[in-house]
Amino acid sequence: MLETNARTSRTDRGVGERGPVGFALLRVLVVATIVLGLNYVGWRWLFSLNWHAWWIAIPLVIAETYSLIDVALFGMTMWRARTRPRPPVPEDGLTVDVFITTYNEPIELVAETARAARDIHYPHSTWILDDGARDEMRIAANELGVGYISRGDEWKGRPLHAKAGNLNNALLATEGEFLLILDADQIPRPEILDAALGYFADPKVALVQTPQEFGNVATGDPLGSQAPLFYGPIQQGKDGWNAAFFCGSNALLRREALMQLGLTQYVREVERAVLVALRGADRVITRARRTADPNDVMVNAALDEIALAVDTARTAVKQGQPIARVTYDLQHQIDSVSRAMVSFDLHLLEMDLAAIRELDAAASGEPLDALLDVDTTVDTLAMRQLSPLGALESVQALLRTIDVDRSDEAVPLMPLATISVTEDMATSMRLHGLGWKTVYHHELLAVGLAPEDLGTMLKQRLRWAQGTMQVLLRENPLVQRGMSLAQRLMYFSTMWSYLSGFAAVVYFGAPVVFLCFGVLPVDSSAAEFFLRFLPFMVVNQLLFMVSSRGVSTWRGQQYSLALFPIWIRAVTSAVANVFFARPLGFVVTSKTRQEGDQWGLVRVQLVLAAVLLISTVIGVTRLVLGVGEPIGTLVNVAWVVFDLVVLSVLVPAARFQGFATKEESA
Amino acid sequence: MEYTVEDLGGGVAVLHLDGRLNMVSAARLREAVTSTVALGHTRIAVDLAKVDFMDSSGLGALISGLKTTRQAGGDLRIAAPSEQVKLVLQLTNMERVLLAHEHAETAFSG
Repeated sequence: MLETNARTSRTDRGVGERGPVGFALLRVLVVATIVLGLNYVGWRWLFSLNWHAWWIAIPLVIAETYSLIDVALFGMTMWRARTRPRPPVPEDGLTVDVFITTYNEPIELVAETARAARDIHYPHSTWILDDGARDEMRIAANELGVGYISRGDEWKGRPLHAKAGNLNNALLATEGEFLLILDADQIPRPEILDAALGYFADPKVALVQTPQEFGNVATGDPLGSQAPLFYGPIQQGKDGWNAAFFCGSNALLRREALMQLGLTQYVREVERAVLVALRGADRVITRARRTADPNDVMVNAALDEIALAVDTARTAVKQGQPIARVTYDLQHQIDSVSRAMVSFDLHLLEMDLAAIRELDAAASGEPLDALLDVDTTVDTLAMRQLSPLGALESVQALLRTIDVDRSDEAVPLMPLATISVTEDMATSMRLHGLGWKTVYHHELLAVGLAPEDLGTMLKQRLRWAQGTMQVLLRENPLVQRGMSLAQRLMYFSTMWSYLSGFAAVVYFGAPVVFLCFGVLPVDSSAAEFFLRFLPFMVVNQLLFMVSSRGVSTWRGQQYSLALFPIWIRAVTSAVANVFFARPLGFVVTSKTRQEGDQWGLVRVQLVLAAVLLISTVIGVTRLVLGVGEPIGTLVNVAWVVFDLVVLSVLVPAARFQGFATKEESA
Repeated sequence: MEYTVEDLGGGVAVLHLDGRLNMVSAARLREAVTSTVALGHTRIAVDLAKVDFMDSSGLGALISGLKTTRQAGGDLRIAAPSEQVKLVLQLTNMERVLLAHEHAETAFSG
């Protein structure tokens, strides 16, 4: 929960250095929180479960355990949350490409960013990467004197991989040693490269991430746009474990590291694809046999030969022969099957032609002069796109996958990870897996635009959560080789925090169950419960306060609970996507305000608030009638009040009219 | 591949093909030509407008059809080939044997 908090909590950036005393206090609080948390949750599991109401008792204790693990991972992050010393001044002569990624943002907005990027002090080349391939954008780039890159023809009809694909395309068209990646709305300061390039003096550093902050946020941050806890203590803490994340924008990357990543990934994916394809080959050939005409000698003979070739290839792979060699040999054998078929066809054709020639000569004395140059014709007609094997479409599809050119992808090298809609986290995880270092540089060097309405904000949160879940499901950090245990836990911590939606349902549901039916999930005296619960709770809140250097994390805690439908949807849609290949319903975050009914977006929460209110009335009525238990009712009514205060964050959010509108009317 | 036969009268018929003319469907085209000739239509126009792919087997079937019609004293002409079919005809030099007409219906009236 704490990180969804973090990404959404509002504070002012007033964070000073943490002195040695403050740092020691922080570590004491981390230990105290974990000890008291174990004391409470252990007691809950062992001595206070109300087994008569297991259907609510078990979910509640699981939710509490979830939260304890969450706060323990947060504590581990904070254990090393320090500000780095300034990096050395970068040496002269490094080559840098500045990439501005855009898809459909207004031309003027991108141009403003491009102008600022062009004017960065340290020598560099600026490029607009336009995934919208807009002529006006190209013209604007020319006028500004910056480069323009859009996707080439090789991407047509192949997976585009959104922003990751856009960046991968540009990586192959440029050559700077280092890259600065900026979202279309992130206006960089002129000193950004001078301030952050110096870290690359360490040849193992692959990434320098700087904070993301937004300039268009109204007083009070109704949509919880700013993330000072994430772009602050949390990233610093991760950095302390050499696990600072790549966050997609305002980051510098070392090209060599990305290229190494692309190559490693390429080899891995080719191997996997070939093995999978060879494994499925028998099935495909059997199916082709079933659909082919049993009397067609040609087809069946071809299938026999292909089956034999596939079998040979499989054995070769099992014996550990190089994949490239095996696939080459296999393709070669398939080609000779194809050539044999073509020459057979041409042989028959020649005989027919001879017969026709005789007929013509007999009829008119005017011989047919067409001649067939069999050798060259066989070659051309056996080419892959003309081959008779094309008739066996499933076989053809199979053969395409058994190759090393990745003909399913536009470019064979995909340095930026494409396994997730949020390419950033997956990419930095793979970099860590290869032994690279990353850096979080805590200085504001670019200012962006946050969503200005609830609908857009919710889509953005959903996208982050979905992307994070995709990475968890596709490349669970806990089992990734090459990373240290701490690095694995730092990635897992962020993913774990996005499971909070399920815990929230239990936290909202438990008081309703008690107030309406008098069922308590906890079997204990009130005194014992509070004695174990309150110290944990208090120390926990103190830990948040000290971690965030006294700045309030309340807005973040509210959103973390109140957006539970989003977190749940992110998990279910990511599961459906990864395991059942369903689309995510992915949307690019809009930079301009979307009009429309904003209440409908928080329907679930409105219903929940009504249920909580009705439960309170029922609970109080039960108390008055003498059915309800006084202390339990008091605690649960307090709990409901807390829940309602949490949910209340959505009221100003749904009514928010956007930054500009608000400032004008103020 | 599917096909329909259209009788234009006077021993002329149009074979409308639809689909891929390849290893699998070549045999069917050969049969179609033979049975059309057997019904007395010795002049056959093959409409290739809806054939988006042809390989060496398909080409073989066309030439074999040409032989069948010639032996029966008729002729086989092709019409409206797609780019891919034209390419195969060019690569094999068979455009000199099978001249492509614009429309199947007028292949024998011009």
